[in-house]
Amino acid sequence: MFTMFAQQLKPAFLMLFWMTFLTGLAYPLAMTSAGKALFPAQASGSLILGQSGHAVPAGPAGSALIGQPFESGQYFWGRPSTTSPHAYNAGASSGSNLGPSNPALAEAVAERAAKLKAAHGDAPIPMELVTASGSGLDPHISPQATAYQVDRVSTARKLSRDSVSALVARHTQGPLWGFWGEPRVNVLELNLALDALADKE
Amino acid sequence: MNANSLFHLVFFVALLLAASWPLGLYMARVYQDQPCGLDRVFGPVERLLYGLCGVDARQEMDWKAYALSMVGLNALGLLAVYALQRLQGALPLNPADLPAVDPFVAFNTAVSFATNTNWQAYGGETTMSHLTQMLALTVQNFLSAATGMAVMAALIRGLARRETDRLGNFWRDVTRSVLYVLLPLSIVLSLALMWQGVPQTLEGSATAAFLEPASYDKPVLDETGRTVLDEAGKPRTEPATQAQQSIALGPVASQVAIKQLGTNGGGYYNVNSAHPFENPTPLTNLLEMLAILLIPAALCHTFGVMVGDRRQGFAVLAAMTILFAGFAFLTLQAESALNPALAGMGVESAPSLEGKELRFGVAGSALWAAVTTAASNGSVNAMHDSFTPLGGMWPMLLMQLGEVVYGGVGSGLYGMLVFAVVAVFVAGLMVGRTPEYLGKKIEPFETKMAALIILIPPFLCLIGTALAAVAGPPEAVSNPGPHGFSQMLYAFSSMGNNNGSAFAGLTASSPFWTIAGAVAMFVSRYWLIIPVLALAGSMAGKKRLQEGPGTLPTHGPIFVGLLMAVVLVVGALTFVPALALGPVAEHLALYQLK
Repeated sequence: MFTMFAQQLKPAFLMLFWMTFLTGLAYPLAMTSAGKALFPAQASGSLILGQSGHAVPAGPAGSALIGQPFESGQYFWGRPSTTSPHAYNAGASSGSNLGPSNPALAEAVAERAAKLKAAHGDAPIPMELVTASGSGLDPHISPQATAYQVDRVSTARKLSRDSVSALVARHTQGPLWGFWGEPRVNVLELNLALDALADKE
Repeated sequence: MNANSLFHLVFFVALLLAASWPLGLYMARVYQDQPCGLDRVFGPVERLLYGLCGVDARQEMDWKAYALSMVGLNALGLLAVYALQRLQGALPLNPADLPAVDPFVAFNTAVSFATNTNWQAYGGETTMSHLTQMLALTVQNFLSAATGMAVMAALIRGLARRETDRLGNFWRDVTRSVLYVLLPLSIVLSLALMWQGVPQTLEGSATAAFLEPASYDKPVLDETGRTVLDEAGKPRTEPATQAQQSIALGPVASQVAIKQLGTNGGGYYNVNSAHPFENPTPLTNLLEMLAILLIPAALCHTFGVMVGDRRQGFAVLAAMTILFAGFAFLTLQAESALNPALAGMGVESAPSLEGKELRFGVAGSALWAAVTTAASNGSVNAMHDSFTPLGGMWPMLLMQLGEVVYGGVGSGLYGMLVFAVVAVFVAGLMVGRTPEYLGKKIEPFETKMAALIILIPPFLCLIGTALAAVAGPPEAVSNPGPHGFSQMLYAFSSMGNNNGSAFAGLTASSPFWTIAGAVAMFVSRYWLIIPVLALAGSMAGKKRLQEGPGTLPTHGPIFVGLLMAVVLVVGALTFVPALALGPVAEHLALYQLK
């Protein structure tokens, strides 16, 4: 039995070595080159470049797929994020992992709800604005959650409600084929567009 | 549950069944050494590999040689993963300058990836260098999947052949699995994922300015880097602002593609496929879910073709599909329930989205949970820890059934065929005849091997959970009450069945969890594979009997029902008491709050 095993070690070693070369080097590097050639923007992180009108000195204004934290009156707010040490840390993704019966979950939701009520009045609060996303980097909220915030944002920016709503509508993506996935609005892209709109007027 | 959720499920199952049929026929050609089309491209590579490795791929092996080759490849792979993690600090392709991985975590991860479990005791983007992700983790994603497929091919040959001790050549089966199945599918899926936004680059990270600087409470550290506590024993904090976002990048698409196709599940990022870079759109969510179940479902057809009776494959696939649809329905139903603990706060009456990504919603998250636990995949697109009690229980039970509802690539089908042996044995006892499966008599040796295979994972799962509850570090558990017990039960259900998903609030990087977990993963993989190969060897040596009037047909609805019943009864009898202590207790406590 032992000699049989020893006989298999040489092919095992060589197979591991060459498979490492094939699947661990050739495959990912070939895919990296293919990404660079075919989908250069996506392969390097869907970075938002060339935004004018901001105090962004150089470099990207973010990634179109990664959310950012917002809490001032003039911006739409996104999902709560529990990454550490600060919200929307795209170097260390994390969810809260609070169980449904954990009192800490109810406390966190109550705290977020109170803050939203203070800014928006007594309308029912959309669920995604009081619950943290799984990644802590979720870039989206639902159209209902933007409608909930439109009055606040248009007042703070002294824009008409209609022009802000129209902007939101332009940034709303429907579900795939009309049923797969959820309708959604990218909060960072919407807020960048808001700033651009303000610059224009 | 609304109609849209139900439609998600029906649409997904229909797509899966449609896609598995052609792939199943194709793989039958691959494992029977028939021309399959891609051999024009990869044939020279295949022959070159045999030459480089000094393998005579035409020489068939008996079950012992087959098992020893498998052990050799896996043992060396395990050592390589450990070594690469420990040495990554001194190796290239480490743009974030990450240090060597902690030895316990490195050991756990090595076992985890060699056994196709991909349990993550580490946080991807903060622990592993690009080189480790590619050379260690991606390679094992291919090889552990190919190992499962090879063992499955050997078992099918054992059932199909007669009066021989030859089961095929392990090196040939592994090489053909990688070259003709896993690699081409991974290339196609990688490209689709990149198109949708999954990064694929050797850069370490990009830095972006926050549009609005974020204020937060920064923990105060002393000179040694430890957090300072205040009088109340909580970490002391000071106000701080963060003006920039460092966005972790890497060769993500190539690894996500194989982690789904090979039912591995180990994510590039800490939060796995909940991360917008691993799973950016509803379309990628659909493609990745299909990728998880595609090969396991297709192998049923491969089995039917190789044993010369396609109805046998349909029967096994039917049993798996009915069980999957039932559990997925229950998970969707449970996740659509409101959480009474969040009522009365001025929030709309809607299912909780804690731990879920908005682009997937409740339906896309709950369906994924069922998919990833039905297969032994274990990647997540939402935090299962934050699911409703029953929404977390059904995925847990899917793992506890032994990962045979589709299951892992190869391992799911060989597990289900062992259940089929038990099912015909039970039927034989009922009518008082010698049981047979596919014309092969089931005798004491086969029954013993089958019992061993079926009993080892529940044993690991329950003993592991009990040990953790009694002797594990109490601070590892992050949620109070029965949910804390669920976290431990989920962890050992996952590791003891080579799944790899988690109730991720559990801190699994301590010595107890890394070592106990590694033992569970190791035993549940290899102590299953070796009896499966022994079973294959013994089946191959038997004569094929002619069907008589007393033979139980194994392709009809009666057999499908019997097979499902055996799977469910074994699972239910074993795990109901443990589930009552965790998710059931939590459910009862939560829903009487009102």
